[in-house]
Amino acid sequence: MRCGNVFARVAAYLVLSGMALVFLIPVAMMVSGSLKPDHLVLPEAGRLANVVPAKPTLDNYRDVFARVPFARYMANSIFITGTIVFCGLLVNSLAGYALSRLHWRGRKAVLTGVIALIILPLEAIAVPLFYEVTLFGWRNTYLVQIVPFIANAFSVYLFYTFFLELPEELEEAARIDGARPMRIFFSIVVPNSQPVFAAVAILTFLTQWGSFLWPLMVTHSESVRPLPLGIALFYTLPPLQWGDIFAFGVMMVLPVLAVFLLFQRWFVQGVASTGMKG
Amino acid sequence: MATPSNRTNSPALDGLRREQDAPTAWIFALPALAGLIFFVLAPFLLALFLSFTNLRLGSPLPLEFTGLRQYTRIFADTAFLRALQNNTVFALMVVPVQTALALGLGLLINQPLRGMVVFRTLFFTPVIFPLSLVSVIWILIFAPGPDGTLNSLLQWLTLGAWEPRDFLHDPRLALPAITVTSIWQGVGFQMVILLAALQSIPAELYEAARVDGARKRQQFVHITLPALKNPLTFVILVTTILAFRLFDQVQIMTRGGPNHATTTVMYEAVNAAFGSQQVARGAAMTVVFFTIVLTLTLVQRRIAGQERASS
Repeated sequence: MRCGNVFARVAAYLVLSGMALVFLIPVAMMVSGSLKPDHLVLPEAGRLANVVPAKPTLDNYRDVFARVPFARYMANSIFITGTIVFCGLLVNSLAGYALSRLHWRGRKAVLTGVIALIILPLEAIAVPLFYEVTLFGWRNTYLVQIVPFIANAFSVYLFYTFFLELPEELEEAARIDGARPMRIFFSIVVPNSQPVFAAVAILTFLTQWGSFLWPLMVTHSESVRPLPLGIALFYTLPPLQWGDIFAFGVMMVLPVLAVFLLFQRWFVQGVASTGMKG
Repeated sequence: MATPSNRTNSPALDGLRREQDAPTAWIFALPALAGLIFFVLAPFLLALFLSFTNLRLGSPLPLEFTGLRQYTRIFADTAFLRALQNNTVFALMVVPVQTALALGLGLLINQPLRGMVVFRTLFFTPVIFPLSLVSVIWILIFAPGPDGTLNSLLQWLTLGAWEPRDFLHDPRLALPAITVTSIWQGVGFQMVILLAALQSIPAELYEAARVDGARKRQQFVHITLPALKNPLTFVILVTTILAFRLFDQVQIMTRGGPNHATTTVMYEAVNAAFGSQQVARGAAMTVVFFTIVLTLTLVQRRIAGQERASS
């Protein structure tokens, strides 16, 4: 029995380590490629021993800034995603609160409508939305990349279910003391609802930060384009220089990786919450 | 679905509260509702409407009702039919492999062993990588010739017997290559959902089973699997829908080629609407896409509902 246990343990570690390599190698290739001269990246892609660059150089990083407006892409991504996350938290939590706590005619109908909209992904409406924003004259702006994504049915639903389970006593006490709902919401509900705000912020961030299809359809100037589009275009920009592309990739993912490692628990809980509520 | 608790229980008081709350409730809900109506509901209805017209951006022709013509056209279009087929094949590859992998990794990480958090972090990391970046990295892995990472790895494993392939330009290998890329990026997400479900199973259940002399396998079949039924059906549904949304990887890695071997419904829809300005045609394609998503969701609801009824 004891022996079997040790064997199972070793087997588990072996399998996990093998899988870890599968997940690590592509990332390691990106980092190592970003530190190599461009002409060596492809020829050395097949040899594991060459993952450590013989003569590491930062030239690729300098080249990225010379060839494309990287800082602009980064600023655009941060501004667009940040605004969507912030406004989304505000707007969707208020709606979730109205649906879970306040008493009003039409509440049930609105709730049903919101839940029905959850199954509509962006892809299902991308083409008519593209037509709609063309009519508005919104193409190639920040507005078109932000406004349509602030209100989100699934976020409203996550807030709604979370607020339902929040104990009501504090709110009732404040209410009896004459506090208005807006005040109750911001001074009692919000401070007690950290997990759901973190979960919604992270889920919104993950979908918006990688957004590609929509900016591809509605933007045509580098001045408003975000990072994911930037790297795709950089890849098609001749001459094809793998070192530069990977330097772009590293710079693009590093800030997010840092945030992820710092707040990993929140990321994991945020993602897990989709399964709990689904 | 629960309702707001009201401890008043008296209809008169409830009515009073409803009158008090109503203006505030509408103010709270309005921004989100307006957004959802303008940017989700309206485009959806617009898609239905446009799909029955001949709308083309910048076309001098007047807007006309053309009935089902867009639909008969797209279903006679070999590229679109190929796209439907590709999405289906992609789903049939991604869903079982990714779900099984996510479950396997979740089970391994859920063991009370040291260092499991490190593995969880590692497997989840690609989820924070945008798909566009992941696609570019994997283009190099799939590079043709003996220097490509995968080619050289396969040569090493087969002691040189492997003939290097150009994965992304091979009609038979391009879609499987995109499948591998997608699983690498997405499996961590599903793993975390299943891991959370595994960790929510009370340990007492396993202890009781052990006391009763149940073997590991019996514990898995009678405790673990039943507890995972709902998260698993959820994960399968989400992965299937994701499979039908496939776009980024195709746009970057293959542009639908070679010879439509990797085209997808969304790739065709975007190209129709955006590439050739045929908004009505693109709209009809997204309506087909939505019908697929709706059907999948209803099927999942029904399965989950049956489980709830039978348990």
